[in-house]
Amino acid sequence: MKFAVLVFPGSNCDIDCYKAVEDTLNEPVDYVWHTATDLSAYDCILVPGGFSYGDYLRCGAISRFAPVMAEVAKAAEQGKYVLGICNGFQILTEAGLLPGTLRRNMSLKFRCHDTVLRVENNENPFTSQYEKGQEIKIPIAHGEGNYYCDEATLAKLEENKQIIFRYVGNPNGSLDDIAGISNERGNVVGMMPHPERAVDSLLGSEDGKGMFISILKAWRDQHESASIR
Amino acid sequence: MIKATVYVTIKQSVLDPQGVAVQGALHSMGYTEAQSVRIGKYMEIKLDTNDRNEAEARVKDMCEKLLANTVVEDYRFELEV
Amino acid sequence: MSQQVSAKEPNAEQIAEQQIYKQMGVSDNEYELICGFLGRRPNYTEIGVFSVMWSEHCAYKNSKPLLRRFPVTGPRVLMGPGEGAGIVDIGDNQAVVFKIESHNHPSAVEPYQGAATGVGGIIRDIFSMGARPIAVLNSLRFGKLESGRVKYLFEHVVSGIAGYGNCIGIPTVGGEVVFDDSYDGNPLVNAMCVGLIDHDKIQRGVAKGVGNPVFYVGPPTGRDGIHGATFASEELTDESEARRTAVQVGDPFMEKLVMESCLELIDSGIVLGIQDMGAAGLTCSSAEMASKAGNGLELYLDQVPQREDGMTAYEMMLSESQERMLFVVEPKDEAQAQEIFDRWGVICAKVGKVTDDGMLKLFHHGELVGDMPVTALVDECPIYDKPSAVPAYYEQNANVDTLRYDEVTDLGEALDKVLSSPSVSSKAWVYNQYDYMVRTSTAVRPGSDAAVVTIRGTRKALAMTTDCNGRFVYLDPEVGGKIAVSEAARNIVCSGAEPLAITDNLNFGNPEKPEIFWQMEKAVDGMAEACRELDTPVIGGNVSLYNENTKGAIYPTPVVGMVGLIHDTDHITTQGFKSEGDAILLLGDTFAELGGSEFQAIVHGVTEGRPPKLELNTEKNLLDTVLAAIQQGLVRSAHDLSEGGLAVALAESCISGGLGAKVSFESNLRPDITLFSESQSRILLSSSPEKAAELEQFISSRGVPVKNIGKVEGQNLEIILGGNSVLSRPVKGLKQVWEDVIPCLMNS
Repeated sequence: MKFAVLVFPGSNCDIDCYKAVEDTLNEPVDYVWHTATDLSAYDCILVPGGFSYGDYLRCGAISRFAPVMAEVAKAAEQGKYVLGICNGFQILTEAGLLPGTLRRNMSLKFRCHDTVLRVENNENPFTSQYEKGQEIKIPIAHGEGNYYCDEATLAKLEENKQIIFRYVGNPNGSLDDIAGISNERGNVVGMMPHPERAVDSLLGSEDGKGMFISILKAWRDQHESASIR
Repeated sequence: MIKATVYVTIKQSVLDPQGVAVQGALHSMGYTEAQSVRIGKYMEIKLDTNDRNEAEARVKDMCEKLLANTVVEDYRFELEV
Repeated sequence: MSQQVSAKEPNAEQIAEQQIYKQMGVSDNEYELICGFLGRRPNYTEIGVFSVMWSEHCAYKNSKPLLRRFPVTGPRVLMGPGEGAGIVDIGDNQAVVFKIESHNHPSAVEPYQGAATGVGGIIRDIFSMGARPIAVLNSLRFGKLESGRVKYLFEHVVSGIAGYGNCIGIPTVGGEVVFDDSYDGNPLVNAMCVGLIDHDKIQRGVAKGVGNPVFYVGPPTGRDGIHGATFASEELTDESEARRTAVQVGDPFMEKLVMESCLELIDSGIVLGIQDMGAAGLTCSSAEMASKAGNGLELYLDQVPQREDGMTAYEMMLSESQERMLFVVEPKDEAQAQEIFDRWGVICAKVGKVTDDGMLKLFHHGELVGDMPVTALVDECPIYDKPSAVPAYYEQNANVDTLRYDEVTDLGEALDKVLSSPSVSSKAWVYNQYDYMVRTSTAVRPGSDAAVVTIRGTRKALAMTTDCNGRFVYLDPEVGGKIAVSEAARNIVCSGAEPLAITDNLNFGNPEKPEIFWQMEKAVDGMAEACRELDTPVIGGNVSLYNENTKGAIYPTPVVGMVGLIHDTDHITTQGFKSEGDAILLLGDTFAELGGSEFQAIVHGVTEGRPPKLELNTEKNLLDTVLAAIQQGLVRSAHDLSEGGLAVALAESCISGGLGAKVSFESNLRPDITLFSESQSRILLSSSPEKAAELEQFISSRGVPVKNIGKVEGQNLEIILGGNSVLSRPVKGLKQVWEDVIPCLMNS
């Protein structure tokens, strides 16, 4: 399984995502520049955190027009796995690949600390390794992670089981404690907490490993069943 | 040359925590008449055109696509030659 | 010499007649020296260039004789003071690069941008050496957290540090925040950056190779931060008002791009010399690079990217616009360099040439507008040996009996009071605004004795801390200087690391006052002696003087930034108690020493007397012993005793571990003194019950005083002295007191 970690000017969790894939899965992973126009070689695209374009204007607003984003949309369309973390989540909402938007934290302050997430949906390619309702420790580090969408969208998210993680103890004012969501099809996930920062107990938590392992398992299941037939 | 002045504000239906904080500060300073504060963005764009209709359409497009996030923000703009 | 055609600028004669140089901080004597070096009177651009090169910041003219007293070499030191940052070998072809720098004055005026650009500047110092920055720390001082102004400064300094560090993606892992009246109106903002480098990648700021091109990298130059002297000499008009010195504004996004592109350039192996444009921008970087190579340099100012119209040579040379670098490559490598910066979308312009005549020559609009010998600029600034005098307060303090205060009997309440001193209390309000985890290497987060950052691909890690107790330095600068270095070393050792070296930030008042110069001199002597005894040479630093206002000078605050090497991540140790039943050991002797203590300040409301004494050989033995014990796997937690003494150390170990403790021992001192004395060279350890005896035996075999004082147990912190329970408090309650202070003050 081949992973791409996108690099926009100002991405700064690109290295962390790369290391997490390398250390957790030992699968091939490449950095892919924001100007790239072909993602066909990759099975999973990680849109990392950071401050792409300095977060100027709005978080993710400028990055979504980078050439590579058209390819990300194409990959999502093809059913490949796309995971946006923190700034990556903001970019995916700006690009319309995920519904809603991320507003400034209610406290108006950047917040960096561990949070507890409850796994709301484990029937998803990104969360199969967790139990439904399991609580996992994953850190946040953001100033604009306050999830918002209108009521109709929220109802739809709920109905389609698109709410993947909720905070236990809301750190930023997110609507309905939402920490991470998927698209309708379930192959695109965006989340403010950083699973790539939770893959080593020496650094505080290993609870994020499950996401990477889930993705690999989903891909294998898909491909093994395909090759058997 | 046409100058477009674009104002982007948070929608009335959406909480503006910055505005609430500033309102609180104004109140504590004694400006209790400040009933609500909404904070937004102000942008000046110089357009290399003299066609007002074209400018109108293009700026609207810019707002929809980039300058505002219409999920939570409203925009309005003024054009002056 | 042609005179720049500018209606506003005075000519050489006017500068001499009206003594305009004085407004730039150049004395009559210095002006005469400059005329001698030039063989004529300097024009406006030239006197401006000299004034910044001969400032304290660039020339250390008031502090150099003192800085020479520091030990600056050692077996591990690869580069000492003089370059952007010092470098220390950590084995396996790797080295650690670090430096601390102040941004006190800009932060007092505009706290957000002042602090942000301070962080930006120190990060540039690190990557200009070729190193990848891996961590930032900050040492901050403010007035009492009561007035609106102090809260404003505190809030905005913290968000400026967060805004810059978070965006550029370098974790802010530690530091310290202290609140004291002496810093009211004079906040201290010292930022330290730590980087990693392979030996063969080390760069120097040298303009090598006559004929080679000189490149400017970064955003265009504006009129940012040009010293106010420019317009002080003319009548204020609307036009001059509009052009007046602007506050420097940081752009962390730009710096991220400049950093990545410069590191890529360095990695390509074509760079001959590179230096950041810090204070005095283009002037300092060009003159220093030429000087270090023994060459000259020509600058073509029309080629300098400019953000504003009509900038003069003077303005371009003195601008402190941020995020700019200067580098030299061979002509054949120009295209390759240009290609790297194009890819990152960063401006790169050829602005000069290396020459062999030893002159810094400035060309603007086709004319020679400045022509100065490089050695005069860099090496010939007069160095002043200032007079020093013992201050009256120091003499008076000799007679203060710090035991004369009434005995405090409610020790639980006293502990609550000390824990709720904002200087002692939890700093989570501060560090939760910093991204301290980005780069996923932070093994010990802010809030323990030192932060620990792992080194990928090895079992090694680096411990880092900043320390200085200004009260001790004020009461006795020499002892206080020793304590600053020793406490930093203790924090490093408590994290499981071997202390390597220090960087220092000497924050003092006006050195022209003999009493202030005495503080500097004594503090430096104390630090130098401690650095020699503890084998931690000084590899670089910064001096910030004139930190005073009408109410007086700050406490002398020579901040020590120290880095240590953890040989194996298994040795990483934190301050929190780890499990029920573990034994608690107190190392070192407790004396009746309350001078300068937190207890004296908070409970008795005074800072007086002499600070605790410190024996360097005792300290060294303690440090070596504790490190050996940690490395042998005998220790579960380690915490140094500092502000608030034993009581606060026990409370912090309980709070961090979420566990209670019951300790009981004999003391021939009064209970309040036993608990709150700040005697030096003491460390609190815990160990598993099985290893406790071995640990105690090992420590006492090394001649370190040690007492097994109790156990980790229950939900309370209980202290029993001579059979009497003198303090019992639920840990939860202590935690709440300790955590709530700063958020409550900031919300009120």
